[in-house]
Amino acid sequence: MSADAPAILAQALTKKFQSFTAVDHLDLSIAKGEIVGFIGPNGAGKSTTIRMLCGLLRPSEGSAQVAGFDVSSEAEAVREHIGYMSQKFSLYGDLTVRENLRFFGGIYRVARREIDERMKFAISMAGLEGREDRLVRTLAGGWKQRLALGCAILHRPPILFLDEPTSGVEPEARRRFWDLIHEFAADGVTILVSTHYMDEAEYCNRIALIDRGKLIAIGTPSELRAHQLGGELFEVGCAPLGAAMKALSDAPGVVDAAIFGDRLHVVLGAGGLDAADLPGFLGEHGIEVDQVRSVPPSLEDVFVQLVSGSPEERMIP
Amino acid sequence: MAYKEMLQIRRDPRSLAIALLMPLMQMAMLGYGVSLDIRHVPLCVYDQENSQQSRAIVDQFISSGWFSISQTLDRQSDIRHAMDRGECVAALVIPADFSRQLATTGSANMQAVFDATDVNTTNIALGYAQGVVAQANAQIAADWNASHGVHPSPVGQIDLEPGTWFNETLDSRNFIIPGVVAVILALVGAQLTSLTISREWERGTMEQLISTPVSALEVMFGKLLPYFAIGLIDAGFCLISAVAWFGIPFRGSIVTLFVTTTLFNVVVLGIGYLISVRIRSQLGASQIALLVTMLPTTLLSGYTFPIDQMPAPIQAISLIVYPRYFVTILRAIFLKGSGLSDLWMPLAGLSCYAVIILWLAARAFRKRLD
Ligand SMILES: Nc1ncnc2c1ncn2[C@@H]1O[C@H](COP(=O)(O)OP(=O)(O)O)[C@@H](O)[C@H]1O
Ligand SMILES: [Mg+2]
Repeated sequence: MSADAPAILAQALTKKFQSFTAVDHLDLSIAKGEIVGFIGPNGAGKSTTIRMLCGLLRPSEGSAQVAGFDVSSEAEAVREHIGYMSQKFSLYGDLTVRENLRFFGGIYRVARREIDERMKFAISMAGLEGREDRLVRTLAGGWKQRLALGCAILHRPPILFLDEPTSGVEPEARRRFWDLIHEFAADGVTILVSTHYMDEAEYCNRIALIDRGKLIAIGTPSELRAHQLGGELFEVGCAPLGAAMKALSDAPGVVDAAIFGDRLHVVLGAGGLDAADLPGFLGEHGIEVDQVRSVPPSLEDVFVQLVSGSPEERMIP
Repeated sequence: MAYKEMLQIRRDPRSLAIALLMPLMQMAMLGYGVSLDIRHVPLCVYDQENSQQSRAIVDQFISSGWFSISQTLDRQSDIRHAMDRGECVAALVIPADFSRQLATTGSANMQAVFDATDVNTTNIALGYAQGVVAQANAQIAADWNASHGVHPSPVGQIDLEPGTWFNETLDSRNFIIPGVVAVILALVGAQLTSLTISREWERGTMEQLISTPVSALEVMFGKLLPYFAIGLIDAGFCLISAVAWFGIPFRGSIVTLFVTTTLFNVVVLGIGYLISVRIRSQLGASQIALLVTMLPTTLLSGYTFPIDQMPAPIQAISLIVYPRYFVTILRAIFLKGSGLSDLWMPLAGLSCYAVIILWLAARAFRKRLD
């Protein structure tokens, strides 16, 4: 494997469950040391892709190399080079912190003279000093996640797959977790991390947006933000929101309208309504407008616009 | 791997207790139920005479160990009530002129009533009663001889065929209990391991485990080793209780017993593991394990139905039923005192089984989700 070969390379990677296509001809190339965020709504196919890349699911079509090894024919070699954190917490709740680490150290074949040092590192990384002998099921979410990460990196894998590692973890712990991810990346570890938290996308070097099995965009956060929304973005404070969105979706010049919290985000293209027309237009539909202002697009806006779906599906948390 | 499994087993003392106590409970249930051996049959006594001699007869019933007096009654009709309420299975009625009859004619009537709802129990209890009376008769006859110097007609209205019933059940007990041990070990052993892999699937820990470079053999031996220890302890319990509790003679050597039990353990644990690898739910795995161990062991292992009395095709099928080898082995060790060299045939059968099962189990473990 040459120095500049990608750490992860997927070509037309496809997974079909019976007739249902969970991952659809996905192409992906991730360089060493990159942090790539895998972002998409539930059921988009993030986990399925990661499982194929870990050699846990056999691709139906296409191929993928991880650390230079083919995931279907050299799965065992792939496993020696990766650390994986599955979406569902999967350490042994009835074992203590130390016992879990020792167990994974054993099956990752960490050398005997190294294991103590590696375990110490994992424990301090997870901030679990003093809790080494607690049963894992009694730990709070953030600690559990960091311990799971600690177990996955015991053997110093050059590539990490983290499947929604921060779901269900409080914001403070999420931030700490991302700090850790950045520390690993600084050491040259390649990381593919899936999440459905949009705000976490900003922590990644690159973001891969995935929806219904298809990769719909990939790039750095600023590239994606610069991605033409097809118009200018306005934030509209009005009520009722649902009716406003409905009215605007069919209006001329409106590229997109979506609910963001308690406001409406509206993308206005050329040759139709412009911002000044909005209060009047909505007023005709019996909707009161209290504010219209231009806002810079967030990743969330980009994503919502890229995902063509019914309005309910657009409400990404 | 094995160490982790052991820790997990220890963290779950309830399951461990069940794993260790279940065989003993089954031993008690199957042992008594199947061996047709009944002790302390509850007996009501309606002694109309209440003389020294009538009491002596009752005492003999008690000291035989087969009966225990649940009630002494004063009316014939009370017998019916006591039986209806399940307070006794048998009732003894001694007539008012019992000892007078005995003294003058050398023979006397005694009535025994049995609750025949459970035919088996009735038959056995009847057999015991005959045995007790026969013994009493022998005593009375001897006394009569001594005092009258003539040949008497023996006492007792209850038929006194020489206690065949008695002996037969005793024999069948010796024959059946070693079989019961084999059946229990097969059931428990397969149950123990049937849960190990499926549990990890259910808890989601398997996905993490198979993402590591762990090998199929590592997983298999890691899983089997701790349960192997438990299986051996279970075997120890069952075998000791067979001797200490059911009074089965042990004529063989401990070493032979240990070697063969170990081998059998490997087979049953391997079967449980194989099932566990294939079935991803704990419930499913344990039910399949029950099915594949229960049916062949109870029907075809020859532990209740002698194999040589089965139709030829079924005899052939029973050749592939692993517990039959162990049943044969245990019986031979217990009753005949056979050594390893006498047992080479069933041992070879079991060994083949062990090798094939472990090979299949190692191959069946797939490090894939699909
Ligand atoms: N083993 C499976 N069998 C059938 N369908 C599956 C299986 N695993 C996942 N799916 C389906 O594939 C789709 C993608 O799932 P997943 O990759 O878990 O999405 P994500 O991780 O992005 O939420 C979902 O619709 C899910 O129902
Ligand atoms: Mg997922």
